[in-house]
Amino acid sequence: MSDSTSKTQQISLGKGLNLGLRRALEDDPKVLLMGEDIGKLGGVFRVTDGLQKDFGDSRVIDTPLAESGIVGTAVGLALSGYRPVVEIQFDGFVYPAFDQIVTQVAKMRARALGKVSMPIVIRIPFGGGIGAVEHHSESPEAYFAMTAGLRVVAASNPVDAYWMIQQAIASDDPVVFFEPKRRYWDKAELDPTATPYPLYASRVVREGTDATLVAYGPMVKTCLEAAAAAAEEGRSLEVIDLRTLSPLDLEPVYASVRKTGRLITVHEASVFMGMGAEVAAKVTEKCFYSLEAPVLRVGAPHTPYPPSRVEEEFLPDLDRVLDAVDRAFAY
Amino acid sequence: MVTSRKGAGGKTAAKKKAGAAGPDLVQLLTPEGDLVEHPDYSIDLTPEEYRGLYRDMVLVRRIDAEGTALQRQGQLGLWAPLLGQEAAQVGSGRAQTAEDFAFPTYREHGVAWCRDVDPVNLLGMFRGVNNGGWDPNEKNFALYTIVIGSQTLHATGYAMGMQRDGREAAVIAYFGDGASSQGDVNEAFVFASVNNAPVVFFCQNNQWAISEPNERQFRVPLYQRAAGFGFPGVRVDGNDVLACLAVTKAALERARTGNGPMLVEAFTYRMGAHTTSDDPTRYRDSDELEEWKAKDPILRMRAFLEKNKYADEAFFKDVDTEADTVAADIRERCVSMPDPKPISIFDHVYAEPHPLMDEERAEYGAYWESFEGAH
Repeated sequence: MSDSTSKTQQISLGKGLNLGLRRALEDDPKVLLMGEDIGKLGGVFRVTDGLQKDFGDSRVIDTPLAESGIVGTAVGLALSGYRPVVEIQFDGFVYPAFDQIVTQVAKMRARALGKVSMPIVIRIPFGGGIGAVEHHSESPEAYFAMTAGLRVVAASNPVDAYWMIQQAIASDDPVVFFEPKRRYWDKAELDPTATPYPLYASRVVREGTDATLVAYGPMVKTCLEAAAAAAEEGRSLEVIDLRTLSPLDLEPVYASVRKTGRLITVHEASVFMGMGAEVAAKVTEKCFYSLEAPVLRVGAPHTPYPPSRVEEEFLPDLDRVLDAVDRAFAY
Repeated sequence: MVTSRKGAGGKTAAKKKAGAAGPDLVQLLTPEGDLVEHPDYSIDLTPEEYRGLYRDMVLVRRIDAEGTALQRQGQLGLWAPLLGQEAAQVGSGRAQTAEDFAFPTYREHGVAWCRDVDPVNLLGMFRGVNNGGWDPNEKNFALYTIVIGSQTLHATGYAMGMQRDGREAAVIAYFGDGASSQGDVNEAFVFASVNNAPVVFFCQNNQWAISEPNERQFRVPLYQRAAGFGFPGVRVDGNDVLACLAVTKAALERARTGNGPMLVEAFTYRMGAHTTSDDPTRYRDSDELEEWKAKDPILRMRAFLEKNKYADEAFFKDVDTEADTVAADIRERCVSMPDPKPISIFDHVYAEPHPLMDEERAEYGAYWESFEGAH
């Protein structure tokens, strides 16, 4: 085991991904990284920093600027026995590759009646809050979660980032891997010898008794802050990090709602047709008699992501979450 | 390898009448069945090999005709006929070694034949009992791709994999003139070029993208496009099985030996419909069809065999009889292809267990089972 994995260390979420990718490259010679600017530059967020230097340009591949080409060639590489990990530079740039992802990557296995696998990981930095220009702050996760054949996960913290990226690469199914870009610099203690939490499992990250907040990716931190603030006002909020969007792991959510009686879903994507709608429908179906209030959803309005000078007003924040909690208690 | 571009300047070439042999069209066998020389490509086969190419084309045409007949009789929901493209498919198909890998469109029934794929496998998708169904790795023949041009990127990626593994093999990506307008095809050219990937792009320019003629797709001859991507392009008489074989063989060998991609434009003609759903009489005139009938790939090969006394009447009769036998076998196995069990739609979506899939399988299964006589 290399030095990078032998001791507990303080790492950022971006570094967690970097260390996870490094370990995957070390462990399996069939793992390849592909993307725009991921080589010498180390990616625009430096997630792949130093990897091309150590593993060479045939394993950490700078690609032409063509997203469909990146994913489409990854399909061929996967068919020939490789495990490509592709980076889409920003959420809003995944659309040129959308066709390859939903018509080819997602369906190839079923089309071949199980004779081939698509062990491809598609990394997408997503979400807003960094003052970026248009197309750099979007939350397209529901498009992918809706497509059968894909698995979709979102990391929310450095430790998960480290483990989840390795677990996604080890999966024989294609995984769309969402990284909360505004949390890339958040830090936490990583013990690389610990047993990892399962990839496709949601997790209670703060226990509470009065209401449940469900979030994933960048909104987990926001919900934890909201729960801390609510505690000062005497309300005990439970916070669940979904972590996996397809398959959705809702058993911990049902258990929580049966305890608290109130549920608020929180994400940056539009409320309309967002992940929260699916969670709300399922919880209503499974926990109807436990609910003290309708499931409420906090998210973005049904508008394009706005210019960055108003994104603070557009994105759900602690106050918007607490306002929803107040409404849940008003029933 | 030299790409001949003599006399192929934009406007003139774009307006050039279909199929005329000229300096920008590699031809080794004339429509009259005579061998002609070309400075860059040649062919020298045994009589048996020449007969083999004829046999392949006749059988492939018969298999294709059977597909159309089965559709007309309601046994298939759709069929994409290849009538007229037998030389392009058999020539390029027979140019491949067992180690090479082909990425087809949904019309490559002749290439499938050359790769020894059971013709009945091709019918499943058109009958609606599966969306592909065969194992791509069994015969190195990928599944049919319906989204236009997607497979050219898969082919390029596969070639990049072969390159990394140091395999002495190449990939051939099939696409049509319509697909050349797609972004994916152009991205495939870029990725193949910058990676020097061992892939041959084999375009069957059959003149029509459903109802859209070449003129609605490009203003510069297709094969010339390769130059802009940094690899050679060549136009071959797509109704000349010998030229298609010679050029594709050279292109694959070039790729296999580390010299990178190449574009082969097989200039041919789709004599039937795009699929059994369209009606070509609505969008093209009969003069054009008559002109191309005179260039029929099978008739010219037969004329060649007869002129050189490489085959006698008994041979031609045998091939026709064999074609009838193959067709009857396909028919029998097609009509006895069972519908899939509804519950099977949940199979093979994921490699590993997926809770939502399991939950829905159980729910739908119980619902379907609740009906009497359910599958």
